[in-house]
Amino acid sequence: MADQLHGLIDQAHAAPVGRGAVRTVWKRFVRRPAALFGLVIVTLFLAIAVVAPYIAPYDANEADFFRARQGPSQDHWLGTDELGRDVFSRLLYGARISLRIGIIAVAIGVGAGVPLGLIAGYYGRGVDNLIMRLVDIMLSFPSILLAIGLVAILGPGLNNAIIAVGVVAVPVYIRQVRASVLGVKEMEFVAAARAAGASDARIMLIHVLPQCISPILVQSSLQIASAILSAAGLGFLGLGAPVDVPEWGTMLANGRQYVFSAPHLTMFPGLAIMLVVMGFNLLGDGLRDALDPRMRGR
Amino acid sequence: MLPYIARRLLYAIPTLIGVTFVVFISVRLIPGDPAVAIAGERATPQLIAQVRQELGLDQPILTQYGRFMVKLVQGDLGTSLRTRLPVAPEVWRRLKQTLLLATASLVLASAVGMFLGIVSATRPYSLWDNAGMVVALLGVSTPVFWLGLMLIMLFSVELPRLLGLGQPIFPPTGSGTWRHVVMPAITLAAYSTGIIARMTRSAMLDVVAHDYIRTARAKGVPERRITYRHALRNALVPVITVQGLQFGTLLGGAVLTESVFAWPGLGRYLVDAIFQRDYPVVQAAILVIAIGFIIINLVVDLLYALVDPRIRYG
Repeated sequence: MADQLHGLIDQAHAAPVGRGAVRTVWKRFVRRPAALFGLVIVTLFLAIAVVAPYIAPYDANEADFFRARQGPSQDHWLGTDELGRDVFSRLLYGARISLRIGIIAVAIGVGAGVPLGLIAGYYGRGVDNLIMRLVDIMLSFPSILLAIGLVAILGPGLNNAIIAVGVVAVPVYIRQVRASVLGVKEMEFVAAARAAGASDARIMLIHVLPQCISPILVQSSLQIASAILSAAGLGFLGLGAPVDVPEWGTMLANGRQYVFSAPHLTMFPGLAIMLVVMGFNLLGDGLRDALDPRMRGR
Repeated sequence: MLPYIARRLLYAIPTLIGVTFVVFISVRLIPGDPAVAIAGERATPQLIAQVRQELGLDQPILTQYGRFMVKLVQGDLGTSLRTRLPVAPEVWRRLKQTLLLATASLVLASAVGMFLGIVSATRPYSLWDNAGMVVALLGVSTPVFWLGLMLIMLFSVELPRLLGLGQPIFPPTGSGTWRHVVMPAITLAAYSTGIIARMTRSAMLDVVAHDYIRTARAKGVPERRITYRHALRNALVPVITVQGLQFGTLLGGAVLTESVFAWPGLGRYLVDAIFQRDYPVVQAAILVIAIGFIIINLVVDLLYALVDPRIRYG
């Protein structure tokens, strides 16, 4: 009997976004040109990251000292850097690194933040207090400062920069998921599941978590943008990727000393960062409007 | 109001203690022995042991933290490993520079951001609205360090060359005059401008949907008066909150801007110290910025309650 009841409750609430709902959300999404533009940028960026080795005209680290710091030309569309490497090819390879930064950082944020937010919101009281005080402490540091502090402990390097940027995202997810859980856990279907004898873990994972997916999705798109921006900042300060890695922030830092004689070395990596960050921001805004029509245009 | 202030101050104390503890422990997790760093790589084990004893590093960690807190409340932030000078005076000197930059940026971001937000909200979904929000989007998407370099190129090289000037319009590095503040302030303000513009627009749109605005319009109140007297006043509460929070973000964000413009602030001091492995300076700089951030958040909360009585009694 209890199993049957579980089944019915699960069926009724486990999948709040059915195929029809997805279509409605998609229709709302495509109605906004800005959101579509964001989707196009992000798709293009993902495609470039995947096929970079096949479309790049040169190897990212192929140096040619006789052609160092040349401006854009037919051979080198975006010019060459201080070691004569092709800037265009390095930017294409850099898309892979930025994608890695975005995905791993968000995975860390979601992986740690979502379970902790669920636990804090669901159990409340002491556990909630403890987790939220830790969140308060983490949020007491401006995010870039927290990332710099973590890199100071872990040591400079691309992987450590990604970890730092990911850890910075954790309190953001905890706060957001907790807020969603507080609203959802008072709903009748949760009470029904509890009355039917469902365990806390089952209620959290099958009934509560799916209701929090929309805000997590929106936050993740915005968080990828912020992770790419922060990691580029760390790279610019010399705390991120080593100088030979074609990470966009590091490329910008390398080209900085030639800003007057070879401005293309700073111009193009900066434009690439801006475009991708803008794409994820637009996508996040568009998703939020489509998933929550009350937020339209806000 | 007083009980609210007291309650809010009490809440801030554990966070402040937590932050000092986290920073204290974190700095001790940085690889490398500070005693070796002070005594030198070629020092004898006896000398290293002596330094360790002098610094109290041979004590249990909680005892060390206690001593650190006692010194902290006395305004002693330790001694720089590199210069062997007390850190506190240098931190205060640089904090003033960072505060100057952050304040200039906040004023700029508030003026431009609120203007964009009001223009967008009063003409929703128009060309003006779209243009305003594109500017806001560019603000939140542009890497500050890149914007800084582009401004240097524009105001120090390209425009002077175009106008036939012999010198940069604004000096690209250093501090001292108001002209030095212009480019770093614009750079640092870009992100906050975007956030404030979006918040102003959203808050205004929320307010104009209320019945009392419709009533005012029905009574024949002029549109300009409705915008500034009725809508903006009520929309200001969340906008002020965001401005306050942005001030804290500007303190942290200054790290990158200061690095681009060689601005002698706390952020640059911190980054230099990380490379020089000057841990007392790293600890002091992070701590001062974090404490500043907490105090600003506290002040914003109190201001918020002052402006909106619903918060105090909620």
